[in-house]
Amino acid sequence: MLTKRIIACLDVAAGRVVKGTQFLNLRDAGDPAELAAAHAHAGADEIVLLDITATHEKRATLLETVRRTARQIFIPFTVGGGVRTLQDAAAIFDAGADKVSINSAAIADPSLITCIAQRFGSQAVIVAIDAKRNNAKFEAWTSGGRTPSGKDALQWSQEAEDRGAGEILLTSMDRDGTGKGFDCDLTRQISQAVRIPVIASGGAGGAEHFVEVFRQGAADAALAASIFHFGMTSISDLKSRLFAAGVPVRFPC
Amino acid sequence: MIAIVDYKAGNLASVKKALDHLGAETVVTSDPSQVAKADKIVLPGVGNFAATSTLNDSGLRDAIVDGIERHIPFLGICVGMQWMLASSEEAPSVHGLALWPGECSRFPANVKSPHVGWNSLQIRGSSSRLLRGIRPGSYVYFTHSYRVPLLAATSAECEYAGGFSAVVEKDNLFGVQFHPEKSGTTGLAILKNFCDL
Repeated sequence: MLTKRIIACLDVAAGRVVKGTQFLNLRDAGDPAELAAAHAHAGADEIVLLDITATHEKRATLLETVRRTARQIFIPFTVGGGVRTLQDAAAIFDAGADKVSINSAAIADPSLITCIAQRFGSQAVIVAIDAKRNNAKFEAWTSGGRTPSGKDALQWSQEAEDRGAGEILLTSMDRDGTGKGFDCDLTRQISQAVRIPVIASGGAGGAEHFVEVFRQGAADAALAASIFHFGMTSISDLKSRLFAAGVPVRFPC
Repeated sequence: MIAIVDYKAGNLASVKKALDHLGAETVVTSDPSQVAKADKIVLPGVGNFAATSTLNDSGLRDAIVDGIERHIPFLGICVGMQWMLASSEEAPSVHGLALWPGECSRFPANVKSPHVGWNSLQIRGSSSRLLRGIRPGSYVYFTHSYRVPLLAATSAECEYAGGFSAVVEKDNLFGVQFHPEKSGTTGLAILKNFCDL
């Protein structure tokens, strides 16, 4: 049976994993390669590395981090943050990533999705959507959640699929960083609107939230960062609780 | 030396990294003469079946067929496995090796596609050389929209909108639909079995 994936996300700045609130009060959470290997060992189904600084001059540092991390892990490895061109994506694949996640650049130029998918395959292209509730609808935001795009998140997810995206990484901006649980309503709407897998993100605070987003949210995978750092919840504990709750997961790994 | 055939369709870094990690001597090559000299051949694959037309046009196909006829171990991964059949609905005009009967077909419209994630192996019998030491029900990582039907040569099946071939093997020929290079310790053990043939 196809299992629900638990994805560990590492937010990286200047070659270190960091954790903060709304990009403020960043705390050092360790070395990306070591943490990725530890998460993989603990049962993470995939690793996502997100470059939260994503500036041009820091690209070389990022690629070196990707290379070092890729050497440590033998599970799927996605890199996102600041991927603007086919060349950016190619450099990340060359450094050892399996997938890239694109957000702002895809909204600015949706043909980028097709361009990367044609060269590297749809399975290598994740379109990340940062969605914020706006009355009864959800709007996609760009630039790390700083700029509203005017695009309806649901329509944008369908367009991304049509243009060749292999998966959607859906972050609820309303829940991100709150620990109050994933936005199951948002996740279900998008998951039912597309035929590609949807990764839910934003708001994970405990195992019960993962159960909810798989059951009520129809998510295919769920991603979290902070709860896996600083030992709040270990991935192996989370998976054993999901397994006990009857959610199909890769357990024991 | 294991030749990892590069037909300019996506990313071969992970396959090389995993085999290197296991201590194998590898070369990533698109040169038919290098493939002809190899003592094992790995044909990775991500992306579209149509990309395999490069193999047909470049002399690589002949080098691979020649290697197979010399009975050296051959492993096709994902699209590389699909290419071992005659054809795929994904690109009907492109000819595979027709080592096994049948055609690759798309997953039906009532399930999400691609089939992405960790799914379990239903191992048939106990004689698989590629799956030696692998527990039935072990999870491996898939990402694909087309599938190989169940065949006499199927040594493990997977269930997603019906059964399909996860592993096929016969004599010196091996194919895996999943990505052993991305399937953690289970995947590494399977690649080790191939290296040890």
